[in-house]
Amino acid sequence: MLILTCPCCGVTAEETEFHAGGEAHLKRFGPGSDNADFENYLFMRENPKGVHFERWRHNNGCGKWFYAARCTMTLEVFGTYLAQTYEPPADLCAKISAKRPGWSWGRFS
Amino acid sequence: MKRYSAFAIAREATRYHSGWERAWRAPEPKSKYDVIIIGAGGHGLATAYYLGKNFGITNVAIIEKGWLGGGNTGRNTTIIRSNYLQDPSAALYEKSRSLYETMSQDLNYNVMFSPRGVIMLAQTQHEIRGYQRTAHANALQGVQTEWISPAKVKELCPIINLDGPRYPVLGGLWQARGGTARHDAVAWGYARACSDMGMDVIQKCEVTAIRRVGGKVVGVDTTKGAIDCDKLGIVVAGHSGDLAQMAGFRLPLESVALQALVSEPIKPAMDVVIMANTVHGYLSQSDKGEMVIGGGTDGYNNYTQRGSFHHVEETVRALNETFPMLSRLKMLRQWGGIVDVTGDRSPMLSKTPVDGVFINCGWGTGGFKAIPGSGWAMAELMAKGHSPLTDAFGMERYIEGRFIDESVAAGVAH
Repeated sequence: MLILTCPCCGVTAEETEFHAGGEAHLKRFGPGSDNADFENYLFMRENPKGVHFERWRHNNGCGKWFYAARCTMTLEVFGTYLAQTYEPPADLCAKISAKRPGWSWGRFS
Repeated sequence: MKRYSAFAIAREATRYHSGWERAWRAPEPKSKYDVIIIGAGGHGLATAYYLGKNFGITNVAIIEKGWLGGGNTGRNTTIIRSNYLQDPSAALYEKSRSLYETMSQDLNYNVMFSPRGVIMLAQTQHEIRGYQRTAHANALQGVQTEWISPAKVKELCPIINLDGPRYPVLGGLWQARGGTARHDAVAWGYARACSDMGMDVIQKCEVTAIRRVGGKVVGVDTTKGAIDCDKLGIVVAGHSGDLAQMAGFRLPLESVALQALVSEPIKPAMDVVIMANTVHGYLSQSDKGEMVIGGGTDGYNNYTQRGSFHHVEETVRALNETFPMLSRLKMLRQWGGIVDVTGDRSPMLSKTPVDGVFINCGWGTGGFKAIPGSGWAMAELMAKGHSPLTDAFGMERYIEGRFIDESVAAGVAH
C-alpha cells in the first residue's frame, strides 16, 4: 500500500485516499498535429521498470491533482510535487539519482 | 514421446511406475534457430506449438526468464469464454474457446477443460442493455450466448443472492459453452508437445538484448549466450515494454498488477462461473473445492506481482453481498500478476517496426481464455506474414484510430 503526501494540502495518507491518473508530463497535441504526435500523446507510454513519474489526484481530500515519482519495481515513493510544472524539481531528481544512479525517464534523467 | 493413456497407467502400475518419461527435455540453447519465441507462458508455447503443427516449422526455441508457465499463466482465474461484442474479438476468442474443447485430445495431456458455463451478471440498467446488445451481436457472430432472467440465474447458481440491497441481480449473459481449464496443465501440455516436435524449451534464460542488422532481427543475447534467429516472437505480457525497448520501439501499453485469491476448499457449491463486472469480482469453484476469486487492477504502473490490499477488500465485500455464504470462508492465498493493458483494452498481435520481430501482447486482464486461439493466430502471422484472425489487432490501429473498443463493451473484467 502506497503512502503519498499531497503537495497541495500537505496531508499524508495511504493510497485509498488518492486516485492514480496515469503518466505525468505528457506533451499534449491539439488540432492540426500529425498522426504520430497524436499516437504518442494518446497511447504510447513509458511503462518503465524503475523510476516513473505519474499523476495522482487527492480524491478524498483536497481534490487537487499533483505529480509523484515512484519506483515500479519496489513501489518506493521518491516524492510528490505540484502539477504546475513541465519537469520534476531538481532536488527530487537529485534524490532519485542518489538512490537509482543512472536513471532516465522519457526526456528526463 | 510415450503417449499418456489408460493403458499406460495400467502398464506402469505393473512396474512400480518406473517407466514414466520426463514430460519435456531441458536442453541447452543451440547457436541458431529459425524462430525464437521469448516467453514460455501459455501464449508463447501455443505459438510455438501451432508453428510446428500447422506450418511444419520445428527449429524453434522458446526462451523463458523464469520457469515455464510461471507468470500470468500460473496466476489467472482460468475462465474461458468468448462472449465479446466486437467482431474481431469474438472471432479470435471463439476460435480459442473451440480449440480448448479438443485440447486434451490434441495434446494428449489432460487440461481438465470444464465447459461448465459462464454467467456475466447484470447488476445495473446499463449492464442489462449492454449484455442484451452483446447477446444480439454474438448471435450474428455465431457465438452461442443468451440473455437470461434472474430466476434462471438462481436456478444455475443457487448460492446467489438476487436481492442485494445495493446491486440486485437483474439478469445475466449466459454462455453455456464457456468454463474453466487447469491453467498449469495448458502450459505443461503445450511444452510437452513442443518438446516432442523437437523444439527447445529453455528455462531460466533471460534475454538481455535483441540484435538487429539493418532494421532486421538477427538474434538475441541471453544469460546463456548469444542465439541467432530469422524470426523473433515477443510474447511476454507485462514485460513487453521492456523487450520492445531492447528492440528499439515503443508500445502503447501500461503494466499493472491484477490480483486473485482463493478460499479454503469446501464441498461443491457452485458449478458455473460467475462474473460480476459492476463490483469487479468473478468467482468459480476449482476442482479442489477452493472458491477462486478474481479482483480488479490497481490504477498505477507496477511490476512487483503484488497488488493493493484494498482491492482485495473491495472485491470480497462486493461478492459477500451477492454470495452471502462466502462470508464464512477463510481466504487461503492471494497473489498478483503483471498484466499489460493497451489503450483500447484489446490485444496486439502484430508485426513491429523491426523486420522479423512479431509481438503478441496487451491481453490485459483476460489472456488465459485466449491462449490456443492466440497461439494459432500468432503462428499464422509469423509463418505467413498475415492472418485473418490478427489483421484487426495490428499495433498500427492506434495511429489509424481503428480501435477494438472492448473496454466499453466488456467493462473491467475482460
